[in-house]
Amino acid sequence: MTIKQWLLSSSVALTCLVSTAAVAGSIETYSAVTAARLENPEPGNWMLYRRTYDGQGYSPLDQINASNVKDLTPVWTFSTGVVEGHEAPPIVNNGVMFIATPMGQVIALNAKTGEQYWRYKRELPEDLFQLHPTSRGVGLWQDKLYLATTDDHLVALDAKTGKVLWDKKVQDYKKGQYLTLMPLVVDGKVIVGGSGGELGVRGYVVAFDANDGKELWRTFTIPGEGEPGHDTWSGDDWKTGGGSAWMTGTYDKDTKTIYWGTGNAAPWPGTAHPGDNLYTSSVLALDPDSGKIKTHFQYHQNDSWDWDEVDAPMLVDLQREGHSFKSLIHPGRDAIFWVLERKPDSIKYVAGWTFVSTDVWKGIEPESGKPILDPAHKPVVGKRVEFCPSLWGGKDWPSAAYSQKTGLVYVPANENFCGGFSGEKVPLVPGQLWLGTKPEDIGLTPRPGADHFGELQAWDPATGKKMWSNNFPKSQLFGSVTATAGDLILAGGTNDRMFRIFDDKTGKLLWEQKTNSGIMAMPIAYEVDGTEYIAVQSGWGVDAARIQDGLSKAGLGIEDNVPQGGVVWVFALKK
Amino acid sequence: MIRDGSRLNEILLVKLAPAELDEDTLAWAADGIVAFSAICTHAGCSVTEWVKASAGDGNVFKCPCHNSEFDPRHGANVVFGPAPRRLAVLPVAISKGALVVARPFVGKVGPQQAS
Repeated sequence: MTIKQWLLSSSVALTCLVSTAAVAGSIETYSAVTAARLENPEPGNWMLYRRTYDGQGYSPLDQINASNVKDLTPVWTFSTGVVEGHEAPPIVNNGVMFIATPMGQVIALNAKTGEQYWRYKRELPEDLFQLHPTSRGVGLWQDKLYLATTDDHLVALDAKTGKVLWDKKVQDYKKGQYLTLMPLVVDGKVIVGGSGGELGVRGYVVAFDANDGKELWRTFTIPGEGEPGHDTWSGDDWKTGGGSAWMTGTYDKDTKTIYWGTGNAAPWPGTAHPGDNLYTSSVLALDPDSGKIKTHFQYHQNDSWDWDEVDAPMLVDLQREGHSFKSLIHPGRDAIFWVLERKPDSIKYVAGWTFVSTDVWKGIEPESGKPILDPAHKPVVGKRVEFCPSLWGGKDWPSAAYSQKTGLVYVPANENFCGGFSGEKVPLVPGQLWLGTKPEDIGLTPRPGADHFGELQAWDPATGKKMWSNNFPKSQLFGSVTATAGDLILAGGTNDRMFRIFDDKTGKLLWEQKTNSGIMAMPIAYEVDGTEYIAVQSGWGVDAARIQDGLSKAGLGIEDNVPQGGVVWVFALKK
Repeated sequence: MIRDGSRLNEILLVKLAPAELDEDTLAWAADGIVAFSAICTHAGCSVTEWVKASAGDGNVFKCPCHNSEFDPRHGANVVFGPAPRRLAVLPVAISKGALVVARPFVGKVGPQQAS
């Protein structure tokens, strides 16, 4: 390097430093997050994954509503500079917005202006491989926030400055363990669950002290020797049987019960792990103080389809056939719309129906709620088996929403996708993919004559009636849905990069905006200084992109051309 | 560079007809044998598949995580999927009848870093 070049480089570096100092800064006033605020959040804030512990994904704001949403316009955007699937809702606490991105970054922004306060970048190990390189958000407690990382650490940051306060290793990323979820914060505990169901792990949920990161309890989702449910496994299958817990739980503050969804059994073919395989593809009711499993419900037994049921059920007070009860509602990856009754010591099946077409189930046993299987469509070791819906299921991890105004559940569903694979017995190599089939053998097959794929569905959980459906002829629907008291349903999820708003009663499209990329993340509504805003991250990747690959090869004229790169979009009404 | 015990050491080896290789790749090959880092440049997964290309008839290397495909005939350039750049090449030679590493990797081993 010549002296002239060196001087030039130094000058550029100095300029960058000055530039960074000019825009970055700490947050001077920050509202401490308490148990009371999380249990009863102000209407203008979004501090939990689905805004409220009940997981309904509902905002009580109505300044932006069905009559004026046509005047919605972007007010600021922020490019994250990161590619891959942006899956986190913006988290908002009294005018401060926290954005979590893939590759372990957190950005603190002024929620009104989009100015950056600070940015945290985790240095990820160079040998880490990221099957699902994302983060679904940061948890808040007091003046701290919490990021679960793909190299399997839980990191506490100072909410005002972004400085690391503590950093705990949760498990060993070299053994296929990783974290992608938004931590659930309950009464000063930060609770996370592990990913890695495709890498031969044994799932777990673990709680840490929010102040110092001390581990308080760890509950495996697969019972060990001597524990109830262990006899639903054969031999040593339980040690690597999956049941990962990679999405945030919901919480009943009245009974102090956490409801946590669990993932598929591993490896995929059912005959590779005979038995019912508790507690895979289930919902667990956990005591937040001890981690003790109070009760459970298994959506389907001996999972063989990679049908995770990790999206935690919504807590809804429901009336059905003259009976008022506290329900759990879960549109499942297994194509069944589940309505369950939750009690402190039990979860009982109430009703279930298929919300997309499937050839796997012939019905549901009315007392136990166990689905009745057609064995012709259950993958096993030694042959190729086809099944509908595909391994991405009727609804994957993107969340449905419940509107307290309409009493309807809004589901980002996928119809007309089938799939299949040839089951193989494959030895586990720690840290390597362990699917029980060859990755190249996994198929995504549109049903012959299919005239659409994605469906935004509105269901009445009290009657089981589908009230409306908005169908997408050329796209999957792979994005979380949010409802607002403005009679609005917010959703991205399609391969045309659109962010859309629908009428909650009719499904009519009221407004749409083309964005930079495809949207997988959850939209939110928030308020600062009396103005309501709607925000969402646009950033396509991971499974939405995998489905797109499959669609592009199906001879339907659909191209594999959805651009990547994350942008935070914020909208408000024109003034 | 030696990374003892690291998965970054994983290597892909394939033998092709020398006539199929482009000029650069031929220079890195020995008797049609070419070697590449198995670490995908997208998200760092191990490239493990040898399958028919999504576009074209020949077989290519494919990453099972996010479906990137790399053509070893052209220095493992990206022919499908989200990978931003080709796999690192490990030039090889034949010495006394054995396949040996001729030079260090050409290109960076491992995934892109976020900005």
